[in-house]
Amino acid sequence: MISLAGRDILHSWGKYAFTGLGLGLLIGVTLSMAGIYRGMVDDGKALLANSGADLWVVQRDTLGPYAEPSSLRDDVYRGLLGLPGVARAANVTYLTMQARQGERDVRVMVVGIQPGEPGEPRYLIAGRQIERTHYEAVADASTGFQLGARVRIRRHDYTVVGLTRRMVSASGDPMVFIPLRDAQEAQFLKDNDAIVNERARVLANPALNRPGIPGLAETLSRSQETSRMVNAVLVQIAPGWAADEVAETIRRWKRLQAYTVPQMEEILIAKLIATSARQIAVFLMILAVVSAAIVSFIIYTMTLGKLREIAVLKLIGARNRTIAGMILQEALGLGLIGFLVGKTVATLWAPYFPKYVLLEPGDAARGFVAVMVICALASTLAIRTALRVDPATAIGG
Amino acid sequence: MSAALPNQATTTPAIEVSGLRKRYGAGDTAVDALKGVDLTVQPGEVIGLIGPSGSGKSTLLKCLGAVTEPTAGRIALSGETVYDGGWRNLDPRALRRDRIGFVFQAPYLIPFLDVTDNVALPLLLAGRSNRGARQRARELLAALDVEHRAQAAVAQLSGGEQQRVAIARALANQPPIILADEPTAPLDSERALAVVRILNRMAQQYQTAIIVVTHDEKIIPTFKRLYHIRDGRTYEEAGEGREFG
Repeated sequence: MISLAGRDILHSWGKYAFTGLGLGLLIGVTLSMAGIYRGMVDDGKALLANSGADLWVVQRDTLGPYAEPSSLRDDVYRGLLGLPGVARAANVTYLTMQARQGERDVRVMVVGIQPGEPGEPRYLIAGRQIERTHYEAVADASTGFQLGARVRIRRHDYTVVGLTRRMVSASGDPMVFIPLRDAQEAQFLKDNDAIVNERARVLANPALNRPGIPGLAETLSRSQETSRMVNAVLVQIAPGWAADEVAETIRRWKRLQAYTVPQMEEILIAKLIATSARQIAVFLMILAVVSAAIVSFIIYTMTLGKLREIAVLKLIGARNRTIAGMILQEALGLGLIGFLVGKTVATLWAPYFPKYVLLEPGDAARGFVAVMVICALASTLAIRTALRVDPATAIGG
Repeated sequence: MSAALPNQATTTPAIEVSGLRKRYGAGDTAVDALKGVDLTVQPGEVIGLIGPSGSGKSTLLKCLGAVTEPTAGRIALSGETVYDGGWRNLDPRALRRDRIGFVFQAPYLIPFLDVTDNVALPLLLAGRSNRGARQRARELLAALDVEHRAQAAVAQLSGGEQQRVAIARALANQPPIILADEPTAPLDSERALAVVRILNRMAQQYQTAIIVVTHDEKIIPTFKRLYHIRDGRTYEEAGEGREFG
């Protein structure tokens, strides 16, 4: 038996191609939305993996450093180094802000690191790691910064000495790594007017500016102008130790919060991007319903245009399943064209998204099955209409 | 009611209809479209079925074509009773597919199939192989002088060619009977007569009985036998059987 659906599609391929193109763009948007979600999850995992840490030690009762603010004294890491099972520990700071290169502003996450310690970017695609204690930076390539570029962060200019990739915050902002001291200053340093104002307040306060204790006011003012705080301490576990065990020790003895990699993944994926994920899920459902409605309408309209032929087919003895099969195959054919177009356009336009879009083969396979199921369901209305066609309508009278 | 004419062939009729009735609706609103139709057509014979609008022509055609179930009566095809108050355990769809051919006022070819596949379609629906069906289609197209258009799309054919392809399709399964519903209506005199000539030739060649429902004054004189249908009843008369052209 010849394929009636195949012949019909070939006969009016232009109509099918354009319809499939339109449907494909819709499917492309759907796949891209799934890709955006996967990209967010992958960004989170990359953020954790690239930090090189086994444990994140943060302020107690917080979900820091990514999901909530966290502040620790910058000497906490020394105490951690003395605990059994801790091989390395290093301070880090995180601050999302605008970095300026020339006339261009880029939203970045500035990460303060100790060179050579956990938290340093693990892979460079160009240049070198930070070697000086001040005013050098390693930037994620997606910032658009070039090697040797001068980037202004707060009041200082930094020279980009290295480029890395896939180092972005949970919200997709590219990272710029600078020395810890500079980062602390950038994060906590007040502006000049505020410092002058604070000095005046201290001097005007008789409790702080005591004639009997010379130098007290100046010492107080200086202490307020610098910061000894960091957001987290990244810990690497010694070989043979379990992360959970060391984390429990830190919680118990240091009165700090310590998260393992799975716990941090849970925080990033289930908490930090949960709302975005739900938003995308709702949008995907809406797109699925819209796609189903469009396919249903298209197939129904195409079937209405063939009622006379369907009546003739029934009159000359075509079985109901032959006619239903023709309509179903056309719907599935449309879905196939739409999926191929959608997958192609989603792949082509993915690099142009400002955030990472991860198109997983598994999602594509699931999307293909969903498209086919939607098309099959969408064809039922047209099939029902076709099967109700009276073959007598092919005969006059 | 019909009356048998002298010299009518004595072979088994291709179609034999007796006391066929069709009632639409029920109760006070019931309409008797057919009130006891009798009709006999021999193999290889082409008869005309004429009558005014609303006389029951289309209803009779639908009943004979197993599209509409009659209310009462008997229909026999090639001596086998297929309807006798019911379809005798026969599937009307299979009956249409295997034993009845249809030619319509407009050709109603399937536009997305080429000429050969249009003719082969009834055979394919009946389960014949692609190769066998196409071979048979080509034979029929040759018999109808449209073999040169075998690979053409339907839209590329003239009206006359399309009607010939439609006749070939009707003949594909070698049905004992073809029902032609005003097959010459959209054609001019020359082409209309050409179609009737083809129908006669095919009826002779394949020993198929053909019932032509028509209003067309141009072709009515060409039938040797005519059935008039009025108020749901048939009246048989001898036609002029005028030679073509």
